[in-house]
Amino acid sequence: MNPFARLIYHEKTRPITIQCVCLVAFLVVTATLVYNAGVNLKEQGVASGFGFLFERSGFSINQMPISYTEDSSYFRAFLVGLLNSIIVSFLGIIIATVLGFFIAICRLSSNFLLSKLAMIYVEILRNLPLLLQIFFWYFVILAALPSVRESYELFDTFYLNNRGINIPRLVSEPASGLVLLSVVLMILGLFGYHKYINYHHMQTGKRLAIWPAYLVSGLLFLCILWLRDFPYSFEVPKLGGFNFEGGLVLYPEFLALLFSLSLYTAAFIAEIVRAGILAVPKGQVEAAKSLGLSHGVTLTKVVIPQAMRVIVPPLTSQYLNLTKNSSLAAAIGYPELVSVFAGTVLNQTGQAVEVIALVMSVYLTLSLSLSAIMNLYNKKIQLTER
Amino acid sequence: MKTCFAPTIWKILGLSLLNLAIFASPALADEKKKKAKVKETSETTPQMNVTLAKVMKNGFITCGVSQGLPGFSNPDAKNNWTGIDVDYCRALAAAVFNDTTKVKFIPTSAKDRFTALQSGEVDLLSRNTTWTLSRDTSLGFDFVGVVYYDGQGFMVNKNLKVTSAKQLDGATVCVTTGTTSELNLADYFQTQNMKYKLVAFENNDETIKAYDSGRCDVITTDQSGLYSVRTKLKNPKDHMVLPEVITKEPLGPAVRHGDHQWADIARWTLFVLLEAEEMNITQANVDQVMKTTKNPAVKRLLGVNETLGGKLGLSKTWAYQVIRGVGNYGELFEKNLGMKSPLKILRGLNSLWNNGGLHYSMPVR
Amino acid sequence: MSKTFTKLGDWLKTNLFSSYANSFVSLVLILLVIWTLPPLLNWLLFSADFAGNTKEACDSGGACWVFIKVRLSQFIYGFYPTSELWRVNLSLIIVALGIFGSLSGKMGPKSWWLIITSTGIPLFVWLFLTGSLFGLTLVETSSWGGLLVTLVISFVGIAFSLPLGIILALARRSSMPVLKVLSTIFIESWRGVPLITVLFMSSVMFPIFLPEGWQIDKLLRALLGVLFFASAYMAEVIRGGLQAIPKGQYEASDALAMSYWQKQRFIILPQALKHVIPGIVNNFIALFKDTTLVSIIGMYDLLGIAKSAQSDPEWLGYTTEGYVFAGFVFWIFCFLMSRYSLSLEKDLTKNTH
Repeated sequence: MNPFARLIYHEKTRPITIQCVCLVAFLVVTATLVYNAGVNLKEQGVASGFGFLFERSGFSINQMPISYTEDSSYFRAFLVGLLNSIIVSFLGIIIATVLGFFIAICRLSSNFLLSKLAMIYVEILRNLPLLLQIFFWYFVILAALPSVRESYELFDTFYLNNRGINIPRLVSEPASGLVLLSVVLMILGLFGYHKYINYHHMQTGKRLAIWPAYLVSGLLFLCILWLRDFPYSFEVPKLGGFNFEGGLVLYPEFLALLFSLSLYTAAFIAEIVRAGILAVPKGQVEAAKSLGLSHGVTLTKVVIPQAMRVIVPPLTSQYLNLTKNSSLAAAIGYPELVSVFAGTVLNQTGQAVEVIALVMSVYLTLSLSLSAIMNLYNKKIQLTER
Repeated sequence: MKTCFAPTIWKILGLSLLNLAIFASPALADEKKKKAKVKETSETTPQMNVTLAKVMKNGFITCGVSQGLPGFSNPDAKNNWTGIDVDYCRALAAAVFNDTTKVKFIPTSAKDRFTALQSGEVDLLSRNTTWTLSRDTSLGFDFVGVVYYDGQGFMVNKNLKVTSAKQLDGATVCVTTGTTSELNLADYFQTQNMKYKLVAFENNDETIKAYDSGRCDVITTDQSGLYSVRTKLKNPKDHMVLPEVITKEPLGPAVRHGDHQWADIARWTLFVLLEAEEMNITQANVDQVMKTTKNPAVKRLLGVNETLGGKLGLSKTWAYQVIRGVGNYGELFEKNLGMKSPLKILRGLNSLWNNGGLHYSMPVR
Repeated sequence: MSKTFTKLGDWLKTNLFSSYANSFVSLVLILLVIWTLPPLLNWLLFSADFAGNTKEACDSGGACWVFIKVRLSQFIYGFYPTSELWRVNLSLIIVALGIFGSLSGKMGPKSWWLIITSTGIPLFVWLFLTGSLFGLTLVETSSWGGLLVTLVISFVGIAFSLPLGIILALARRSSMPVLKVLSTIFIESWRGVPLITVLFMSSVMFPIFLPEGWQIDKLLRALLGVLFFASAYMAEVIRGGLQAIPKGQYEASDALAMSYWQKQRFIILPQALKHVIPGIVNNFIALFKDTTLVSIIGMYDLLGIAKSAQSDPEWLGYTTEGYVFAGFVFWIFCFLMSRYSLSLEKDLTKNTH
């Protein structure tokens, strides 16, 4: 065999040849792209490097979990965006999960109407583009609310209008430090008590009652509050010149995004949970029943743990999707990472490559860590073969 | 196994790869030709003057415009573009190709516009963009002049009973993100020691919609923009523009930094529009003026006896083409922004220098 | 008569009023339906305006479908020149025939039809619509819009993401470390980032990475962005299918001295793909819905055009109608796809057991 043919056809050298070719192609393509970008940007004199991160931003952001002013740096704006992304994703994940499980259970209910309505919910919501749903919430539903002066109100403390929901804000006074400490201690104590109950159960087979512990800690908490003279107050929103002043505001951009993300994802989670529960063989339930286990125990100790094996991997990827989908906020002006950093900051500094690289690496880190966890889990539950 | 799914896959694979190759081949073939061309020109001109060559090769100019701002650049229901920014692009096409239709309008958002110009997605940005130092330098652009002298203002609903921007303490303000308006707003409220709540959108249409639905008390952008926004509101008569003008906003076209030839063409095309108005040459009379004029300056401009166009790499009659193609600056202004338009904006600062305005063409000679 | 009544009664009793709790839930839900459905239907249909061509025709207080009617051709074709619309219609018919032909097989897709539909037709349609074939008038992709853009992106994306996904999945499970690492990098980086940044890159940033003077059509760039994004997801679905194949299958085919490609083609992939058909179709649906994101980068797909039509000064205030119409169209397509996947799934499970 001549040496070239050998490279391609020989069983041993062939994989090496293929790999070399792929690697070289990959490197050449990457190097070309990087080189071109470098040349093109340099030619125009576009600034480069990450030095811009510490310059004054000069723009304002409407929802700030950490303090931020026009005088803060771009990096601070980046943090604000990141935190806003995290806030909306986190809340979205919680709502979507609760709602998704609830709808799945409704769909499996024996009540005809309930299961059909749950089905209609799922079929409508998951077959509509998310972006359309976001627009619908923002421009149709929330925009139709009354103006500030004609707000819907509840007890003169909660207000709903087309600029969001105004709710009272909890203000803690200096004396509240001790209360906080006592709460932390109580939670630790309760946690310890739970552990002890389990231990006791394993040792003796008897289960101790849990409620006295909760009662005692509740009373204790009230006592401490009373002793410290209730060191909390509520800041109630008041109508000012243009808007409600004080209190906490949930902006419509935030609400529209949160609602659409969680309702959309809930439809998918409902399907996942339903499939998971249906995947548990009937025999399992029958066996549990024949052992005399109650309905509740059958559900929590037999069905759910087995269903979770099927549910968790796709659930994780739904969480991931929700997090990435939160970037659609850019379309309605909720200041999350993509809209603040890959939007306003990019536009002002013009350093598209650096900014996008930073944004992508944030999302990559986030999803890689989540999918690493998922892969570990996947390995654990994979069918093991001889 | 009755479903014969997989054997199919290989056929699909093969054919898709073939397809991709075919999709890509025209592009690649173009590249080869283009490379050859670029090499040719690079021997005679500096490496960086590539835009004109690219434009010539393509047969059209790609012009970054706004996504819809009546008076400046606005598509109608049939996707026909109108506005002064659009007409400037057409003037440029007339200068280069002697054909005002040889221009492709790329709608860009305020946010994306700079990246689009940097990357070469557009050859020129004619998108009511304010000329600032950092845009001229670190963003890597060259502004070629000013098409419209503007200033930032505020618009409110009349039922708020607000008559001055100084009464806006605590208001919610709608603004399009990625604009100088967003930054000036912050500066203004800071100097006035007032507070505000910001709602920033990526897209002009969304800003307007949010303002119209009552999400904000105030909308802010350039004054001319406010008049144009007003035409897009449900009840334009309920809204008023406040008297304060808080900044200078010179709006003009920008090109990539480093391509001096292209910047010169863009700059002098703008000056031709102004010079033509100063010399009273209009779209209607340009042919006649060209035949009858005795004025050497006019002759020079229209390329009767001198070839100024050649210095730009264009034809001798480039300026004549521009005027015959779109008219002079005054005509463009009246048609798109002035009394002949729904905006009805007065010339004011945008008159020629000899009429008390700021527009001043450098001598075309 | 009485028999049907008792039957109905029985049905009601078992399905709605089997217990006190159930009856309560049913009553509440019935009230809810009575409270919401009639006004909704009233707005959508009974008091909606269909006749007329101007805004003035909309005075009944219901939905103003006149707005949609007037703009319908724009919603479907975008700004495609009116004289050339037959090209779009013809392409749509060809695509529909291709899809129908390949899916009409009782036992899942028919191979030859599928091959033509997923390779020949996209190519033909692209050349036919742009007009670079048969000496037709050239129509720039920038004047395409509406449903046309949505369908072009999703159809081409769907047709190409499956083969690309298979290659990636096989590479990720291959024994060659370089291939494995490269495809893992590719898959994870596409899956890791939001589509909107991918589209931003492809629409305005991509030219930075090309040598001076190179250019690729904007629609094609967005399409490639969507395609790569979708194929990374597809690869993971298919990898799931590959994982589910028992080792014995590989060993058996090795024992028959099959080459790698023979093994994949005749033994592994047919089983693996069948396992994950629902996942594949779900990916198609996701891709179809994701095409709406191109409206954020300034392209006029169905959603984008519905949005821009709403800010036409002549038709202000019909936001809801625009979104409802766009939503209806998207919903129909997605729903049909999901039903097809369900029926296919049923057929397949029936035939294996």
